[in-house]
Amino acid sequence: MKGATTMTATTHKPPLSTHAKIERNVTILGVLAFLAVTVGGIVEIAPLFWIDNTIEKVKGMRPYTPLEQAGRDIYIREGCYVCHSQMIRPFRDEVERYGHYSLAAESMYDHPFQWGSKRTGPDLARVGGRYSDEWHVQHLADPRSVVPESVMPMYAFLKDRDLKAGEGGTMIGEIRALATTGVPYSPAQIAQADADLKAQAGQGDATELAKRWPKAQPRDFDGQPDRLTEMDALVAYLQVLGTMVDVNAAAAQEDLARETGR
Amino acid sequence: MAEKRLDEATGVETVGHEWDGIEELNTPLPRWWLYTFYATIVFAIGYIVVYPAVPLARSGTAGLWQWSSRGALAADTVSAERERASTLAAIAATPIAALPGNPVLMRAAIAGGKAAFRVNCVQCHGAGAAGSKGYPNLNDDDWLWGGDLQTIETTITHGIRQPGDDATRQSQMPSFGHDGILPPGEVADVASYVRSLSGKVAPGSAAAGRGAVIFANNCVACHGADGKGARQFGAPNLADAIWLYGGDQASVVASVTNAHAGVMPAWGQRLDPVTIKMLAAYVHSLGGGEKFAPGQGADPATAATAAAAAQ
Repeated sequence: MKGATTMTATTHKPPLSTHAKIERNVTILGVLAFLAVTVGGIVEIAPLFWIDNTIEKVKGMRPYTPLEQAGRDIYIREGCYVCHSQMIRPFRDEVERYGHYSLAAESMYDHPFQWGSKRTGPDLARVGGRYSDEWHVQHLADPRSVVPESVMPMYAFLKDRDLKAGEGGTMIGEIRALATTGVPYSPAQIAQADADLKAQAGQGDATELAKRWPKAQPRDFDGQPDRLTEMDALVAYLQVLGTMVDVNAAAAQEDLARETGR
Repeated sequence: MAEKRLDEATGVETVGHEWDGIEELNTPLPRWWLYTFYATIVFAIGYIVVYPAVPLARSGTAGLWQWSSRGALAADTVSAERERASTLAAIAATPIAALPGNPVLMRAAIAGGKAAFRVNCVQCHGAGAAGSKGYPNLNDDDWLWGGDLQTIETTITHGIRQPGDDATRQSQMPSFGHDGILPPGEVADVASYVRSLSGKVAPGSAAAGRGAVIFANNCVACHGADGKGARQFGAPNLADAIWLYGGDQASVVASVTNAHAGVMPAWGQRLDPVTIKMLAAYVHSLGGGEKFAPGQGADPATAATAAAAAQ
């Protein structure tokens, strides 16, 4: 019996039997696994840094103003992203409902980005300018007063909370930190962050604001001109979403037609 | 390492190691699994050939089929537009007054209007078009500016108090209290009188009696002597139970003190004329749609069909 076994082992050698060696030597296994992951990473991740459709350039992008950034912080603090994504996918149903599909460059100053396909609430990538400020305030305070079937929680308290933007009541640190990550804030924009935040909420010099922040919309957002609340910041942020790049402009459409992005 | 040998019970080779007499069988993979695995490899090769896959210097390989998500979207959109084209052309060619005369077209217009309403109008007027405080209910028979097809179309096209649109619906009630035209006591009186028109306050009450005089002096020009409003000013009917900004005493006092001037966007700048026509047909079909002025009449049977189609 023993002789028969030995014979079988020597004559019958299945293909790829060398994998036994890899499985039994942890060093070889580790090195080969590392190589496999490296190749996968290089092939799948690295090209994103140079191929055209992930770095396509768009006109009109600017970093968020201090007030919008403060609103964005509230958006993230309140977990709005749990139900609302900001990425319109190139599908007909989404494009017809939300507008032109999102371009990668439109979220290039987002830290963190808000991409996703979660659609508990509607996608907000192009919600800016779609509704009035009053509508946003009423909707945030009591969503069901304007959308009866809504399941959104009520955020009426935002109207009553004074905005304490950034850390220690100043946005300078946060804007500087974002600049460090590569968002192109100018030194003047960083230095004047707090003044510009007030100015955009309708409590300061709007001409100074316009000089530093093209297309920033200065006004009282929450219907309480004498107060600067979290509602001001959040509505200012919502009103700028998707409005920086005019994707429907003729030039942009021409560029996109040439683009074979996928 | 123990020697490999054939397991007696199964006839399968062991892997060759043994712990306390326990050995592991080197059972080969099932054939069906193996061939499925080979099939996925073949599929992957085919996928790389026909679909975009391999990243190169400036862009990836396009693949034989030249597929891209943006291209697929464009194709989808084109085919959807082609399906709709003939109906839309027919609606575009039909004056809105003649639309109810063509039930098939009217039905299509209402369906298209419903879809456009969902995208553009529900945010203020609500999913069921029932409105809310400050945003009119479109289901009822109460119209500020008129409820026949043409009037609705004009309202949608030019909006209400839309800055920058010359043809927009325009009117402005004075803020009687805020601007000091009436002292607070008289505002309260006139509010009582207004509420007495719909029976919320006893008509004979002293406040309503005093208010009637104030109303006659200040309000009849737009709201009419009987308080039933006037559509050329968008002045609401005050004698019915429908209130845009609330009908309790405090709300009416607030409305007289600080007049409301609701704004609706002029959709003519954003939507094409066919979409607006379809929206008008849908809003008209909701239940409060009015016939044209005599001579232009839409027959009731068509309206009934339209209402049924809107369900």
